[in-house]
Amino acid sequence: MDTSIWRPIIYLVCFMAFAGLNAAYLGWCERKGAGRIQRRTGPMEVGFHGLLQPLADGLKLMSKQLLVPEGVDHILFRIAPILAMIPALTSMVVIPFSGNIQGRAVELSVLMLFALASIGMIAILIGGWASANKYAVISAARSVSQNLAYEIPMLLTVITIVMITGSMNLQDIAMDQQGGFWHWNIFRFDKSVFMPVSFLIFFICSVAETNRAPFDMAEAESELIAGFMTEYGSMGFGLFMMGEYLNIVVGACLTTILFLGGWSCPFGLFPGVWWFLIKIYILIFTFIWVRWTYPRTQIYKLLNLSWKILIPFSMVNLLVTAAFIKVF
Amino acid sequence: MTVPIQCRPDEVFVLNLGPQHPATHGVLRVKLTMDGEYIVKAEPVLGYIHRMHEKMAEAGSFAQFMPNTARMDYLHALAYNHGYVLAVERAAGIEVPERAEYIRVITVELNRLSSHLLWWAAFLLDLGGFTPLLYAFDDRERILDLLERITGSRLTYCYFRFGGVYNDIDDEFVAGTRDFIKRLRSRLPRMYHDLVTHNIILIKRLKDIGFITPEQCRKYGATGPVARGSGINYDVRKNEPYSVYPEFDFDVPVYTECDSMARYMVRMDEIEQSLRIIEQALDKLPDGPVRAKKVPKILKPAAGDYYAAVEAARGAFGCRLVCDGGKSAYRLKLRSPTFSNLSLFGEVAEGMLLADALAFMGSLDLVIPEIDR
Amino acid sequence: MSAYWNDMFGGAKSLAIGLSITAREFFKPVITMQYPWEVPEIPERYRGHIELVKNEKTGKPKCICCGMCMRSCPSGCISLVGKKPEGEKKKVLTKYELDFTKCSLCGSCIESCNFGAIQFSRDYNLASTRKEDYVFDLLKRLEEQG
Repeated sequence: MDTSIWRPIIYLVCFMAFAGLNAAYLGWCERKGAGRIQRRTGPMEVGFHGLLQPLADGLKLMSKQLLVPEGVDHILFRIAPILAMIPALTSMVVIPFSGNIQGRAVELSVLMLFALASIGMIAILIGGWASANKYAVISAARSVSQNLAYEIPMLLTVITIVMITGSMNLQDIAMDQQGGFWHWNIFRFDKSVFMPVSFLIFFICSVAETNRAPFDMAEAESELIAGFMTEYGSMGFGLFMMGEYLNIVVGACLTTILFLGGWSCPFGLFPGVWWFLIKIYILIFTFIWVRWTYPRTQIYKLLNLSWKILIPFSMVNLLVTAAFIKVF
Repeated sequence: MTVPIQCRPDEVFVLNLGPQHPATHGVLRVKLTMDGEYIVKAEPVLGYIHRMHEKMAEAGSFAQFMPNTARMDYLHALAYNHGYVLAVERAAGIEVPERAEYIRVITVELNRLSSHLLWWAAFLLDLGGFTPLLYAFDDRERILDLLERITGSRLTYCYFRFGGVYNDIDDEFVAGTRDFIKRLRSRLPRMYHDLVTHNIILIKRLKDIGFITPEQCRKYGATGPVARGSGINYDVRKNEPYSVYPEFDFDVPVYTECDSMARYMVRMDEIEQSLRIIEQALDKLPDGPVRAKKVPKILKPAAGDYYAAVEAARGAFGCRLVCDGGKSAYRLKLRSPTFSNLSLFGEVAEGMLLADALAFMGSLDLVIPEIDR
Repeated sequence: MSAYWNDMFGGAKSLAIGLSITAREFFKPVITMQYPWEVPEIPERYRGHIELVKNEKTGKPKCICCGMCMRSCPSGCISLVGKKPEGEKKKVLTKYELDFTKCSLCGSCIESCNFGAIQFSRDYNLASTRKEDYVFDLLKRLEEQG
């Protein structure tokens, strides 16, 4: 059966379509969700309840002139938005949506995902530095220190999961949690008492990694206008925004697979890709919910939170898990 | 958090918190000399919206200056109406009927509420919380609707006249105001305090930021919530009483912590005290005319020097009128409270982080058109 | 040390309470008005630009061309011209123009008129792209209304 060439192509097309639709319509979801939380309607005019709004926004962004200010570093300025999109798109290849829907089963997929996340961080740094704008440089510097600080507790928590499962393959981690919700890693109290705490830590870190409020120093709208994106117009800005939404999707997918059982049903009945999608959209809604509730933190308090609270807790969690695994 | 900064001359750069910026409420330019994220020197540059109000007072008659008073601090326009009208009434010796005084107090306090609600919303917007804006504007819309019913305007009120107010209030206004007071009182604990005031992120953002010592307040002449957040117990309504304020029973909130959180709490407490004043005024509202009878159409007060001060939402607004017996003022000097409050910024912001400086500026409650007049 | 733990647990609780408040607001109806599909109700005393008042018996404006409104306006936006026709005792209004670009809606003109000849209108929907559209010919407006 010569399906070997078609399978990657079909998956490629499907993942690109999924990524594209998400990047566009997550913006719609966010605006509608924000509107409802603030007791107003979101976009209503373009299409029924604003469903064609992302299309209109995309057309607008594409039709604008890509202004390149004088004094920027020409190559870096143009590369930065592309670099912001690439890690998120590439990560979609290794995420298992269901038992047999996965682009490529890679043994070290967890490692690959985190390596790609760091490339996303470099993109922000390059974007901020290459714009000849003081605000952008400040914002890029803030963003790098924030991303660095929050990768550490994230990785420590992931090491805990990898220790429990014994493999870095995302497929294996998800398969290990099949069954009802009592098999999910978040409720696995026989492996460690602090599993829900580590879920919370991982969630907070993914909010911080994707530069979402309340950790959005990098694009602090009221202080630094648009942070590192100030000098970008049209599709450069569009690519940064799409990259951010895709990062959110990848973050939600990762959280689901690591802690919430991937594609398994809470009661063990009909596992499948629909449960996966329901879970990631619930998590994405929580991202939106958190963004529109809290004010922004301060940069040093943000770093305080990471270094003084999240890292000690995740280290304690690591030790406790190791002890439990050894003893039980 | 401030740290003593040693200025490294080759490492500082000048950042313009320019006239166009979402966080400076109006056209304020601040020249910041920065070392990384720390501010080494801050220099506010004013004058971008100077419209020569004081000169306009000399050009027209006293009545023709009324609309100008609302355009200075458009958020608490009625207090500025009140200050000017008090000064002219003291000059011309006009007596105001009691009902008019009560209506003045009710509308001024309602306007103070709407000003504080907008300050709260805009402050949180600066700090990155976008949702409380809409919740505060829900209440503010009701105040604006109430005031629109009797005055006809929503923001720049030209309601007060020499000797009273323009027209009377009706029963629907009184009932609507009582409903509004009940509604706001029920919303304050949850939507305002639980969601925002007790939020750990906000507390961490405001506590110990922007220390203003009482000596600094006195040096620059800061008044209003800025001074009351530093422990100075001065409120024009209590210390230099005017109108019918002595008849009401209300407290003046004073906090001694001197940081941004103290100023925030002073304003939130002032909201509750304003609600008390409005309730008492509605209960005691007498009948009678709303305008003094014999007010000449062309006022020619006796020559002299008159001063009136009122407590606006931002501090003590003073109006000094020098008359020479003619039909327009010889000199009208308007003492703007925000001007004195902003002068503190240059001294206090040294050594702060940029985001802290913006939080501090928000806690000062600036309205730039009032500074530049 | 206890401040550390207090901060953390108290803080986490305040964050959870905040989330519950916004979640509750999510399910409540909207408070905004969908303009232009829903139009606000304009109150009686709303201050739109001024308009002339018609004398019900004669059908002509009540204005007697004394010019008090013109003199009391702080911005000088009113310009009126009255002519005394042959054989009549009183002046007749021939032109009444309001330059709305300068008007600040203070109401001094209405207050200064002893004959009740002008009042606030309730026009609020006045968007235009040309400045000339804001110089209102109030006599023409009165004729179109009556």
